[in-house]
Amino acid sequence: MHGLINRAVQCFVTDSYGSDKWVEATRVADLSFVEFEAMLVYDDDMTPRLLDAVSKVLGRPRDEVMEDIGTYLVSHPNVEALRRLLRFGGVSFVEFLHSLDDLPDRARLAVSDLNLPRIELRDHSPSQFSLICESPVAGYGHVMMGVLRAMADDYGALALLEHTGAGQGKETISITLIETEFAEGRTFDLGARAG
Amino acid sequence: MSGVAHMQETMDILCPMHVVLSRTGHVIHAGPTVQKLRPGTAMMGRRFLEIFDLKRPRAITNMDGLRSIAGTKLHLQLRDAPNTEIKGVLVPGPGDGECIVNLSFGISVVDAVTEYALTSADFAATDLTIEMLYLVEAKSAAMDASRKLNLRLQGAMIAAEEQAFTDTLTGLKNRRAMDHVLARHAQWETRFGLMQVDLDWFKAVNDTLGHAAGDHVLQTVARVMVEETRETDTVCRVGGDEFVIILPYAKGSDAMESIALRIIERLTRPIPFQGEICQISASIGTAIYEPESGETMAQVLDNADVALYASKHGGRGRQTVYTEALRTQSQNLAPPTGRPTVDSD
Repeated sequence: MHGLINRAVQCFVTDSYGSDKWVEATRVADLSFVEFEAMLVYDDDMTPRLLDAVSKVLGRPRDEVMEDIGTYLVSHPNVEALRRLLRFGGVSFVEFLHSLDDLPDRARLAVSDLNLPRIELRDHSPSQFSLICESPVAGYGHVMMGVLRAMADDYGALALLEHTGAGQGKETISITLIETEFAEGRTFDLGARAG
Repeated sequence: MSGVAHMQETMDILCPMHVVLSRTGHVIHAGPTVQKLRPGTAMMGRRFLEIFDLKRPRAITNMDGLRSIAGTKLHLQLRDAPNTEIKGVLVPGPGDGECIVNLSFGISVVDAVTEYALTSADFAATDLTIEMLYLVEAKSAAMDASRKLNLRLQGAMIAAEEQAFTDTLTGLKNRRAMDHVLARHAQWETRFGLMQVDLDWFKAVNDTLGHAAGDHVLQTVARVMVEETRETDTVCRVGGDEFVIILPYAKGSDAMESIALRIIERLTRPIPFQGEICQISASIGTAIYEPESGETMAQVLDNADVALYASKHGGRGRQTVYTEALRTQSQNLAPPTGRPTVDSD
């Protein structure tokens, strides 16, 4: 699994719960180090072990932790660069939803060896969608739930999200759009760079 | 809706950065994004070449000239600040003698979006500008992460190099470090004192009390020598129980002698180890390097060795400063008996 993904887990735990919890998690996961390098690639089996360890150390269900990771990735100031990159996907939440099919390709354009799971948006009506995520790591759908929840806030849209189950290596999220301009949302200035 | 109005609307969607010029070269329509370049002043009615300076092709000053280069790439620059550089292409327009010029930011787009507060809506849906901005930002972030990794790796490399200059048991510099320090002093022509320190009775400690005791003694010895020298001095462990101390800007034989005596005095004190007492001493030979002497570092080391042998022959636990005269006593030119090689005392 790419270092960026493992590093995201590390930053989430460190920024939200402190470095002591992170060091403990690396010990529970039986890692021989505490710092992931964002630009290196690690063994695939390390990531699920790490997620289980984080869940154990924090005393919270793994699905819940994974959703929080998704929310963290979009909303925490330390990872503002990522929110900006996602916002390039569209000018409205619906446009953003439609850009998700391209997400793995967009990621690969930025970092050529970063392979994100495939995701596919199906629209059933103008306000009803489902997102089908490939999940090489169980719970990836929950990460996407967190991302979507935070992005809806970012765009000022009101949406109901529900994880409707997993099977055959895929997870499904049902999205009901209640209102597209529910709140102000955060601004997205094309020219501003995340510092 | 008239045909012209319809066409303008179409063009505003397809090419929001186009202008339509009259036969006389005045702007008769400006696309919505072009107008954003100069929000304060209307472009309509102004001469195109008054707003834009045509950098290339050169020497075109009027509408006839512009019409003659239809279809070629134009390099333009706004005449007043901010002087954004803009690319363009001109084609014949709908009316007689009219022209359409489509514009684009080219490489200046990254600055332009900030300068003119542009949003996605200012670019045509098919325009790749947004994707390009995404890429610029994504690549900068990735590059930043790579640079940080490189810095950390460089730090690790320096640490590894540092370790390679260090004797792991005592934390003193090793022989390799000593060679570097000597070479540097030779290059800088620093006068320095060089002490060869050889432990006495160390082998007995190792043999009777074991290697753990030996290691403890070596660590204690290292600490003493560091304590008894200045920070600018270099203490190296160059063999099992052999040490070299380099003392830059050495004052003279007297100063060297008193440092050596102090070290011997402290090393002669009993060293307790797990209920046992380790008793050692040290012999020291000192040489002073005078840059004007033209001596090589090998010669300086050899001089200190001769002085060291003199100390050993003299009964150990003593110090000698090198003089030419020592070489006249042949015993000083070889290690004392029972000490066949330098490394296996």
